Amino acid sequence: MSDFLAEHADILISLVKIALLLFIVLTVNAYLTWFERKVVAHIQSRWGPHRVGPHGLLQPLADGAKFLLKEDPTPAGVDKFTYFLAPLMALALALTSIAIIPFGPDPIRILGHDIYLGIVDLNIGILALFAITALSVYGVALAGWSSNSKYPLLGGLRSSAQMVSYELALTMSVVGVLLMAGSFSLRDIITAQARHPELGILGWNIFPQILGFLCFFIAAVAETNRVPFDLPEAESELVAGFHTEYASFKFAMFFIAEYTSMITVSCLCSIMFFGGWLSPFPASWTFTHYLPSVILIPFGLWVIWDGIRYETIFGRILLPGLGMVIAVLGALLIAFPAVNEFIQGPFWLLSKIFVFLFVYVWMRGTLPRFRYDQLMSFGWKLLLPVSLANVVFTASAILLWRSR
Amino acid sequence: MSAPLMVFFVLAAMAILGAFSLIIQRHPIHSALSLIVVMIALAGLYLLMGAEFVAAVQIIVYGGAIMVLFVFVIMLLNAGVEERTNFSKLASFAGLPLTIALMGFLAAAVARSADRVQTYQTGTVAPTKALANLLFQDFVYPFELTSFLILIAILGAIVLAQREKI
Repeated sequence: MSDFLAEHADILISLVKIALLLFIVLTVNAYLTWFERKVVAHIQSRWGPHRVGPHGLLQPLADGAKFLLKEDPTPAGVDKFTYFLAPLMALALALTSIAIIPFGPDPIRILGHDIYLGIVDLNIGILALFAITALSVYGVALAGWSSNSKYPLLGGLRSSAQMVSYELALTMSVVGVLLMAGSFSLRDIITAQARHPELGILGWNIFPQILGFLCFFIAAVAETNRVPFDLPEAESELVAGFHTEYASFKFAMFFIAEYTSMITVSCLCSIMFFGGWLSPFPASWTFTHYLPSVILIPFGLWVIWDGIRYETIFGRILLPGLGMVIAVLGALLIAFPAVNEFIQGPFWLLSKIFVFLFVYVWMRGTLPRFRYDQLMSFGWKLLLPVSLANVVFTASAILLWRSR
Repeated sequence: MSAPLMVFFVLAAMAILGAFSLIIQRHPIHSALSLIVVMIALAGLYLLMGAEFVAAVQIIVYGGAIMVLFVFVIMLLNAGVEERTNFSKLASFAGLPLTIALMGFLAAAVARSADRVQTYQTGTVAPTKALANLLFQDFVYPFELTSFLILIAILGAIVLAQREKI
């Protein structure tokens, strides 16, 4: 048995990593819904979820239980196979795309195996992601078609038209970054941004590629069907769009798929344009390595201070406990410099991802939805030409630079 | 049996079953879905040969863009289940013998060329750089001409679609 384990160690490691990442992503998804509801509520001067647990922290658990226990009726006249396939496809493709993201620069050594953060490091990383995005339109389109109902059909049609239109701009806007890095691998794209470690934030792709970033982010929001591009599920016109006829866990699968692709897009934005796991400070400023502790300890103390005055007894126990854990984690990072060094990369990447997730929610709280013709003319007449111009700019700049 | 060979057989079976299902399905959408399975299985075969770029482009262009348009048009036309008609007379007579003849011909050709076909090392078939050199240096004029041809076809489609307005 142990021979077998030693021989197939890489397969086992991958399986464990997949299970772990799946667990983390699904948990983050659940709390992303809480975060979104809270932030949107505060933007609109409301409190948001507040009843289940202190500050509504247990709301995701309640939602999950509800999704699992609700009745799951299959409407009459649906195309059974496609009706069941669509949510599966949406969820599977969204979760697969996370596997390509690298989460940190250095491997951990466990039992003599170098374990990198991230499941696979493909040398066609970004292309593989686009391939997955290209397929993910089927989840929405087929859901709309197979429901045998007019509103989902309209939602599915809108969605496929929208995704085909914005995929062009999405792919074109990345070409500049690929030209600068000379590789499709996400890891290489990050290391290309660290060519001048003393520049820090100034070495990131965002400065030369600001046009590319704007096009990419807008097109990516459209690809994930989020506000202001959520026409496939426009509730004021189409009831709930493509998932009108879905209930219970099949509906939850669409939901999880949407939030997972939000996370993927945030990862991609931070990796391709904002230096991934690179710190924004010059490499010689080693004192910035204490930043995780400097953030964690005061945050933990604040959670304790907030928790001891909470109105329910449960909250007065849970919140200070949570704050204690956060503060102790921050203190431990100071106590173990090796761990602190290791945590730098993931810390910066996760912070950037968090910022992008916040921008997503922020847009949902503030922007109105596009009209269909506006959506089309914006995609074809503005985004596509601008991203093409960006490709030409970048290519000629690189040619000039290299020939000198 | 080595692992790549096993993967090859799984992908090949997927492609053949998908192609079969494409023909026997009675609903256009199901046929289109079967075609997507074939495309993805082919992409997997390219990946097995080490042509990652071609595999990714196969999925992006065929599995994504083109098949999405197929599905889109089928949805837009709201095409229903097709009715089975009687086979054509010619097909019922000559279909089976011709199929067997074609299969035998292909099998013979493959069997005869077996010793002359070199086995490819993974990663050597179409590296991205070599492909780019072929497209943008060696065959740049044919490539650009093809692009122009496609552009003209697109323009033609737009002109035909807007005929009433002009």
